[in-house]
Amino acid sequence: MKFPWLRVYSWLYLVFLFAPVFLLPLFAFNAGTVIAFPLQGFSLKWFAALLDNESLHEAVRNSLTIAITVSVVSTTLGIFAARAATRYDFRGKGPMIGLIMLPLVMPEVILAVALLVVFLQIALPLGMLAIILGHILVCTPFCIAILNGAFLSLDKSLEEAAYDLGETRISTFRLIILPLVMPGIISSLLIAFIISLDEFIMAFFVGGTTVTLPIYIFSQLRFPAGLPVIMALGTILVCLSILLLSIAEYVRRRGVARTGAKDTGGFL
Amino acid sequence: MTAVPDAKPMIEIRDVHKYYGDYHALRGINAVINAGEFFSLLGPSGCGKTTLLRTIAGFEDISSGAILIDGKDMHEVPANRRPTNMVFQSYAIFPHLTVEQNVGFGLRKDPRSPAEKAKAVAEALAMVGLTGFGTRAAHALSGGQRQRVALARALILKPKVLLLDEPLSALDKKMRETMQEELIKLQRQVGITFILVTHDQEEALVMSDRIAVMFEGEIAQLDDPETLYRRPNSRRVAEFIGVMNFVPGKVLSETAGRIELDVQGLGRCQIAPAQAPAGGRATGEISVGFRPETLTILYEGQAASDRECMGTIAEVVYFGDMTYYDVKLDGVDRPVRLSMRNVPGRPVLDLGVRTRIAWSPGALVLFR
Repeated sequence: MKFPWLRVYSWLYLVFLFAPVFLLPLFAFNAGTVIAFPLQGFSLKWFAALLDNESLHEAVRNSLTIAITVSVVSTTLGIFAARAATRYDFRGKGPMIGLIMLPLVMPEVILAVALLVVFLQIALPLGMLAIILGHILVCTPFCIAILNGAFLSLDKSLEEAAYDLGETRISTFRLIILPLVMPGIISSLLIAFIISLDEFIMAFFVGGTTVTLPIYIFSQLRFPAGLPVIMALGTILVCLSILLLSIAEYVRRRGVARTGAKDTGGFL
Repeated sequence: MTAVPDAKPMIEIRDVHKYYGDYHALRGINAVINAGEFFSLLGPSGCGKTTLLRTIAGFEDISSGAILIDGKDMHEVPANRRPTNMVFQSYAIFPHLTVEQNVGFGLRKDPRSPAEKAKAVAEALAMVGLTGFGTRAAHALSGGQRQRVALARALILKPKVLLLDEPLSALDKKMRETMQEELIKLQRQVGITFILVTHDQEEALVMSDRIAVMFEGEIAQLDDPETLYRRPNSRRVAEFIGVMNFVPGKVLSETAGRIELDVQGLGRCQIAPAQAPAGGRATGEISVGFRPETLTILYEGQAASDRECMGTIAEVVYFGDMTYYDVKLDGVDRPVRLSMRNVPGRPVLDLGVRTRIAWSPGALVLFR
């Protein structure tokens, strides 16, 4: 029998991808302070430690505030841009869309430095608002890319039909377009939320004294005694991510089934 | 078939031009469409028929000219306030709504009570034969059912004009024929002016009171189906609608009541001026057209009622109820097409058979 190269490759790939993720809960429930084998026995104390860590709570609050604001604003901007890109023809459309998408391929550290210079020049205080603006810059191209797909699959005559039946441009958008691109909007919200939540460079450069979750985690790495707590935090974050993704995929599939569209694949 | 003489005009199209940048899509369209008429815009793709329909609906602005609906100039009147409704080629059924919600969509701002609206929806569904389908998801319908939902959705608003953009092109042949008949019945029942865009000449002939044949942004001929078929005013129209044979000929003399011709292979004959629908007077080289069914193969013992010639069968195409022959007529350069209904006592002829063929000068059309 031939050596099963493809199968071995697949398994190695999966191990490489997920072994670190599985290590998280392993050490999170480990009683020992040192992150090393052999394990020292089961314990929930690192999770308990999360509960009364005020600086962590503040970081989580900051990150959630930023991520929610960013996902809503980026998705809204993305809807405008995707709508314009798919429905209207205007001079300089190509270059304009290209420029909007540029942050997607630009090194983030360059963007962050440039933004820092701009904020200092216009005397915008570094902090929450600065991080939000920076994250919008980073997330909007992703939102446009996702929403473009949703708007492209929309039959133009649906809009014309609604308009022909007496609706205005605005009510047509609300009654026909919005419900039909809703799966795309949910995907966009989710992606922007996740990107913002774990974004480090931008938050580090323009955040001033504001601490977000990634910055907090990074700062804790200096103290070996704090590591198991980070493991516990990581475990919770992984579980939350899986839950969030599952909900989004469920909503998307339900939307696809309801409109009878062909399932072109989502996240899962 | 023909328009009622005292019909009142519903749509007047006056010298309408439409440019897309440099492209001249509509080149001076003039037409009057009567109330209650089933009117078709027929032409190959790119002839401007859909553009014209969309200018009537208000989806496209016109560059110059005027469109009047029921006597009112539609300039500056947007599509959502015109007394027209449209059935789209893709049907444009809202996929996230039920059949009922689709049909009742246009009633959203209607001041009637929900119960009265529900009754109107039920009536509209009954009219198109979809009673009991109201709560179905719109995306779960077949092509023919979607078509009916689109019709009910447009007709529930009682528009003055219903615009149909190639509504049957997505259906299979059987379904298309059924829907053609239903559309005709429906139009008679509601009495609304229908304007149909189609590239299918057969569909236009079957359904319409009058047809405007369009080429390259212009109306080439506007007539009732029979006139269009029997007396096309140009070779182009003749070739687009059905099959027409052309043979060269000469005008020998022309008086007010008679045109004398010498037709290749068929010889000298006289025709009426009405048989030269393109008008104008010309002597010399012309071409003469005739439809396949105006030639008849004469079997043993049959005699021609009018004129007779000889030919050789060059091709046989069997269609079940009909047989099409390509016949090389003696003295004519190119074979002509001839159709015969297959009835008992008329065996299908083989290739190469010599046969007598009856023809009639009354069936000729002169093209200059």
